[in-house]
Amino acid sequence: MTARLRLTVVTVFPDLLGTYGDRGNGMVLARRAAWRGIDVSLVEAVSTDRLPAADIYCIGGGEDGPQVRAAELLGGDDTFAGAVRQGAAVLGVCAGYQLLGRSFPDAGGAPIRGLGLLDVETVKGAGSRAVGELLAEASPTAPMLPGGVRLPPLTGFENHAGTTMLGRGAAPLARVVRGRGNGGAGRSEGAWSGRVVGTYLHGPVLARNPHLADLLLGWALGSEEPLATVDDVEVEAWRAERLAASASRRPAWSSLVR
Amino acid sequence: MRGPGVGPEGKEGRGSQRLGLRSGLAVRGVVAANRLVRATRFGQGTVLGGRVGLAIAPDLLRALSAGRRVALVSGTNGKTTTTRLLAAALGSPGTPGGPMSSVVPPVTNVTGANMPEGHVAALSERWSPTAALEVDESYLGQLVSATDPVIVVLLNLSRDQLDRIAEVRLVAERWRSALDAVRSRARNPGDAPVVEASNRVGGGAVVVANADDPLVVWAAEAAPVVVWVGAGQVWDEDSVGCPRCGGSLQRPVGEGWRCARCTFARPTPSVWTDGRDLVQDGEVRTPVELALPGGFNVANATMAAVAAAVFLEPRAVGDPGVMAVGCRTALAAMREVEEVGGRFGTVDWRGVAVRRLLAKNPAGWAAIFDLLDEVEDPPVPVVLAINARTADGLDTSWLWDVPFERLRGRWVVATGERARDLAVRLHYAGVDHVTAPDSGAALEHAAGRARGAGVPRVDFVGNYTAFARLPVAP
Ligand SMILES: [Zn+2]
Repeated sequence: MTARLRLTVVTVFPDLLGTYGDRGNGMVLARRAAWRGIDVSLVEAVSTDRLPAADIYCIGGGEDGPQVRAAELLGGDDTFAGAVRQGAAVLGVCAGYQLLGRSFPDAGGAPIRGLGLLDVETVKGAGSRAVGELLAEASPTAPMLPGGVRLPPLTGFENHAGTTMLGRGAAPLARVVRGRGNGGAGRSEGAWSGRVVGTYLHGPVLARNPHLADLLLGWALGSEEPLATVDDVEVEAWRAERLAASASRRPAWSSLVR
Repeated sequence: MRGPGVGPEGKEGRGSQRLGLRSGLAVRGVVAANRLVRATRFGQGTVLGGRVGLAIAPDLLRALSAGRRVALVSGTNGKTTTTRLLAAALGSPGTPGGPMSSVVPPVTNVTGANMPEGHVAALSERWSPTAALEVDESYLGQLVSATDPVIVVLLNLSRDQLDRIAEVRLVAERWRSALDAVRSRARNPGDAPVVEASNRVGGGAVVVANADDPLVVWAAEAAPVVVWVGAGQVWDEDSVGCPRCGGSLQRPVGEGWRCARCTFARPTPSVWTDGRDLVQDGEVRTPVELALPGGFNVANATMAAVAAAVFLEPRAVGDPGVMAVGCRTALAAMREVEEVGGRFGTVDWRGVAVRRLLAKNPAGWAAIFDLLDEVEDPPVPVVLAINARTADGLDTSWLWDVPFERLRGRWVVATGERARDLAVRLHYAGVDHVTAPDSGAALEHAAGRARGAGVPRVDFVGNYTAFARLPVAP
């Protein structure tokens, strides 16, 4: 059985970083915890309120200006960094991933100081914006599921212009099969260290990748055992469809005609 | 100053003869190409012809607009319906005499082809001294500059297709500079509105703008003459930051909105709606009785009524009495509108009425839920159809911004090319549902359920291309 039976999940600043449906990550975590009988509360913490204490923080994607503002607010005092030091789990997506790193570009491309909770650095990409389905396989360096099980392939939708480079203190989350991910030569996607995970995957990522959701829940619950299974029949059918769509090399004809 | 025009004295079908040679040729190209498209049943025939025409004469939109009085309608949601309602008000034989009023109905892009090729197609097809055009948000500046409109109606701005459309604040910024250009063209910028012989106010367009949407207000306040209308806001999550200073916007209950940091605040509207009536200063009330359902359509009708009143009688801008009469007449004409491009209407599916609804983005869905909340007992089954083609937006993440939890207690069939994305969303929302491979199968399911429960109706809600592909009953 799990070590803890109470959890708080906080969706960080949906008013600033809520542009891409990423609030779904908090919803997925809360439902999957509740289905397992865990007393969970989900808080959507707007930027004008004090950031509440949490076991898991989810930070989503958004526009350049609000991203800078969110980084200022989260870095303004020790609440967030302190919670991470105390062992809170963090999922950062897209703009939320970039601001967890050491630096990221503002709208004009000038570097903005990030929170430094992930050893990554993001610059403006040279080419066009990466927009489309992203498929990635868990790297050998990816976090393991309980029982030494590897994460299944990651699927999602990316929509960003940044190129993210990993330092020695962070490991790639996955290796890109289709799409761009972190960009650059390594074909890597996302990064993680400790209990902090960053990724470019929308979808939302935890809806498309329930194993990653359960990994975060396991960290927060302090559980060494696999969590009880839940009804993922529809989720698996969706994953199978998306993985097949990403695997076909041509873009779907249906996406080209109106 | 203006190009060769289609004069108001022209007759139907003769418009192109009064254009220059190149434009006239282009118009014949537009009409021919679109007839071909319709004849081959390849499409509705609005886009290809427009492209042909614009290739022949890039300035065709300006040439076709010259000599006409044009009303433009833009916004993220409700623009097709508002344009349809406005066209009904301008084209009704009962519409009383503004100097330019006519029983010739205005030309309008009825199929919702709301980019320049669609406008060119609409203006080429038939002659009328007036036009009511729906405009895609990204093209408003281009249309304002090319058509020199009498009225610009600005409804709302919120997020739409995430992977395609520029960030919504950027759209507001572009609207603002387009309207600022109108101000600099106007003869007496900043002066009190004066109705001119050209039947215009202050020499430029009158902007009819929704005072309840901060991004709309930010854009509209740049215009020389604005009529503020309190049309409500069903979705405020894209306007939490002050567009002027970046501070946070506050919305004290019953007091509109205002910035916590600067003076940017909701302008006092001269006309507003409480969801049932159109209300003016001094509590002059006109019931809004439409064939179209939903509070959001009352808001659309209120915007369209004010636009029609000013379009037909510019003195309405400064005279509440004239405004009241104009709005009342316009609303009466709108009652005949029973559906808009198929939406809101019902079709028969093997003995069960199917009400067809379209929702394209989170704000649109929020409005649809308000409509579905007007609940019959027992609740009617709901079919939801989701596609993710280019026109819909390729990323379905927005499904998680839609409060599908509001459908708990309903019975839902999920369908469309992305039925599985939707099914997972409904699963997490705790909504009882099944999935069906296509809309036909989904309607069959839902109609069977409706018959079993003794309910006479099914509600069908689709996003853009899923709605367009709803099969007609066999
Ligand atoms: Zn302000």
